[in-house]
Amino acid sequence: MNVIVCMKQVPDTETLIRVKPDGSGIVTEDIKYVMNPYCEFAVEEALRIREKFGGQSVLITMGPPRAVEALRTGLAMGADRAIHLNDPAFEGADGFTTAKALAEVIRKESYDLILCGKQAVDDDMAQVGQSLAELLNLPHVTLITKLEIFPDQKKARATREIEGGREVVEVTLPAVFTCQKGLNEPRYASLPGIMKAKKKEIKPINLAALGLPADQVGSAGAKIKIRKYSPPPSRAAGKMISGEVAEAARQLVKLLREEAKVV
Amino acid sequence: MAKGVWVFAEVKDGNVRKITFELLSQGRKMAQQLGEELVAVLLGSGVEGLTGRLAEYADKVFWADDPVLSPYTTDAYATVITNLLREHQPSIFLWGATVIGKDLSPRVATRLQTGLATDCTALSVGDDGVMVARRPVYAGKALVEVVCPVSRPQMASVRPNVLEVLPPDASRKGSIHKVEVKIDPASLRTAVIEVVKAAGAKVDLTEAEIIVSGGRGMKGAENFKILEELAEVLHATVGASRAAVDSGWRDHGDQVGQTGKVVTPNLYIACGISGAIQHLAGMGSSKVIVAINKDPEAPIFQKADYGIAEDLFKVVPILTEEFKKLLAES
Repeated sequence: MNVIVCMKQVPDTETLIRVKPDGSGIVTEDIKYVMNPYCEFAVEEALRIREKFGGQSVLITMGPPRAVEALRTGLAMGADRAIHLNDPAFEGADGFTTAKALAEVIRKESYDLILCGKQAVDDDMAQVGQSLAELLNLPHVTLITKLEIFPDQKKARATREIEGGREVVEVTLPAVFTCQKGLNEPRYASLPGIMKAKKKEIKPINLAALGLPADQVGSAGAKIKIRKYSPPPSRAAGKMISGEVAEAARQLVKLLREEAKVV
Repeated sequence: MAKGVWVFAEVKDGNVRKITFELLSQGRKMAQQLGEELVAVLLGSGVEGLTGRLAEYADKVFWADDPVLSPYTTDAYATVITNLLREHQPSIFLWGATVIGKDLSPRVATRLQTGLATDCTALSVGDDGVMVARRPVYAGKALVEVVCPVSRPQMASVRPNVLEVLPPDASRKGSIHKVEVKIDPASLRTAVIEVVKAAGAKVDLTEAEIIVSGGRGMKGAENFKILEELAEVLHATVGASRAAVDSGWRDHGDQVGQTGKVVTPNLYIACGISGAIQHLAGMGSSKVIVAINKDPEAPIFQKADYGIAEDLFKVVPILTEEFKKLLAES
């Protein structure tokens, strides 16, 4: 089973996000970047599949030079090799152009499964896995929390989260899966793992190597344009209800009914 | 030229979901502004009875009825919808940001080579006739305004509970059109083999109007019982912070926050939650926030509309009793 993991480097979820005064983007100084938490589930699942069935696990990311650190983390967890789509022309991509560039690289690889995070916690679009599946003419299953593989039948059975419950889906392979929390507990990179990762291949691919025209990648090819960024609306200062506990609770119920009108 | 504001009508448990009427209400405003028609698209098996309600909102209802359309599969729905969109070329197509909407919309947008703004919280039409979608990024730590300037249809998925449902126009009777479905079930690459409802079959967090949520201060799985009792009185859904989920007290599907669910209820009651930045991002756009935490310095109080700095184990049972009395009266 050869597994491709599409992953992304994102700001650590601890990060306080500040919007630039002119609304053109966010302030990126002082941001600590990490592997997208949902991509960690994808990397972990790829490693478990390799442990069970053999084959290769290959990481692919698109991002600026710093994104190599996230690939390095995945390699230290145990993935075999990595591909880094890195070119200024790729900047400002939307879900569509991201999927398009990834698909172009993946077409040249041999694979049985493609795993993605359910979404990246920076732009929160939750599109790339499904778009990639469409571009590669593959089926997809989103939000998986369990994955069983039947190599002989070229099939997989995935449990996915749906509103108010879960659903078990059978799918033909190859297929794209997007990973949700609950799928597994991602391992930490071990020290020997970190040492080994230094020798593993990270293949850089720029625009020329990718072979797509410049107007089909990054912001030039994006279907969606961001007009402006703004901070979230600030909330007015709240009311602290003090006093004896029972009285405070009664007061709260009254305020929720009469002032907030939500009950 | 592309014309028409279209809405994907989603069916759950034999009914059209509320998000569909939220989208139709918003879609009507935009259709009026653009001078275009409002259209609903309904897919399923045995759904004819649902078309009338949609026709009270829409000028036209397209419906496809076939056993192959229930349960939902990406392949079958994508085929029917892209065929319709290629034929009619609307200017705007709206989805609910539900499990099905989020699964299907990127697939259809990519097949049609058009742009999609997901998980939006507000929509409008600019003077240039282009739809402007507002959506949170970084789990709500910032907002962006996005447009799809060239490709059509302009697609957006919108979160449940953020748009208002307007009453239907009683005089409107939209026309109803049946769509033929020609899909070989053997061509579908996925098959749903089992659906398991969660115990209690509660409303999902993303759709809940009231959420009662517990954090590290709950001290153990068994203590969530008092939140469940409060939730039952309020017809609310119980949520949890990451600390509570990672401690194994609640299922990961209950987690609210940047690596859990981003929620927008009318009322969010945070019990024993300190308010880590990831949690605040996930619930910060709730309409009204109540925090109960014995630490008066907890960051959650800075986001709360109402706060009680007391022991939740004393406050919550009294709240449950008081709400019970109040709701029995009304």
